[in-house]
Amino acid sequence: MIKRYDSVIVDITCRIMVPFIQLFAIYVIFHGHYSPGGGFQGGVLLASSMILHRLSLGQKESYAKLAPRNASILGTGGMFLFMLTAILPIFFGGMFLDYSFLPIPGLESAMLRYYGILIVEIWIGIAVFGCLVVIFDRLTERRWG
Amino acid sequence: MGDLTFHYSYIMIIILLVIGLWGMLGKRNLIKKIIGLNIFQTSIFLFFIKGALKEGATVPVIDPELGLEAASYFNPLPHVMILTAIVVSVATTGVALALMLTIYRNYSSLEEGDILERMGK
Amino acid sequence: MRAASAIIIAAFAALMIYATSGLPVPGDPDAPGSGHVSQYYIEHSMEDTHTPNIVTAVLADYRGFDTLGETLVIFTASLACVLILARRIDRD
Repeated sequence: MIKRYDSVIVDITCRIMVPFIQLFAIYVIFHGHYSPGGGFQGGVLLASSMILHRLSLGQKESYAKLAPRNASILGTGGMFLFMLTAILPIFFGGMFLDYSFLPIPGLESAMLRYYGILIVEIWIGIAVFGCLVVIFDRLTERRWG
Repeated sequence: MGDLTFHYSYIMIIILLVIGLWGMLGKRNLIKKIIGLNIFQTSIFLFFIKGALKEGATVPVIDPELGLEAASYFNPLPHVMILTAIVVSVATTGVALALMLTIYRNYSSLEEGDILERMGK
Repeated sequence: MRAASAIIIAAFAALMIYATSGLPVPGDPDAPGSGHVSQYYIEHSMEDTHTPNIVTAVLADYRGFDTLGETLVIFTASLACVLILARRIDRD
């Protein structure tokens, strides 16, 4: 297991940096329409903020903030919601993954595709975040031997 | 034989590819093989992105001043393929590291020769 | 063993260097790769999806099925890590 790094400077610096990295990651996800970015890039940034948290503050304190079980629920939930958004247009008259038939009232076809892309990018970001944190937790969970 | 004008940037990509292949085939430590795989994948990404560039063009984000001509933006399809390929590379490296951990737990070594001896071959 | 792999890699590198003569000139706007489909995507992405970023529009809307498969790949990788590294309870 990862022990807490024994230095005050590392402790305080990483405590300050983690919320700003997460804010930047959410910015990258939501501005995927207007600048390079999108779901995968923002999800990897969120996962790297959580890995920094785990490496610098030790396993006991970091598992209290985000337990491995909750991270796997996030990863599976993001995948499930993406599949739901893909199957939903079939019930409303369109094809699989055709965002212009999503049931949001009062929007035209091009704006529905705009919001469809945004919603799908959010689910992708959450799924990538959960899956990468699960991989990191399983690789570092216990000492060898 | 065709026109053998050497595109020098492709020569650099081939050097990176050969370094990655040498890491995978010529080294005996298993972690070095994984790193060689990553270098090889990086050279393939560079090759695709190099093939998508156009002269005098800009990033494929539509700028209201430049209009909608196809010759003033880079080709977006290789960028999409490489995004998918980067995610696949990360997933492959994660599973490979999990396999390394299991091998180390069972054989206490990560050298190819030692593992084959302890397996009894 | 290492000599054999060195010869194979040298032959492969020579073959790849010879193959670069068949590639189009770097930076040519009339290259065969940037022809039909990507021209359609650049010209029609603003009126179909109101999204200035063409790469995101292609990734999430025009080629959304590939993105579904890619998310499935990373989910399967995390599942494989969980199953490979599971330990039996009586070994604690």
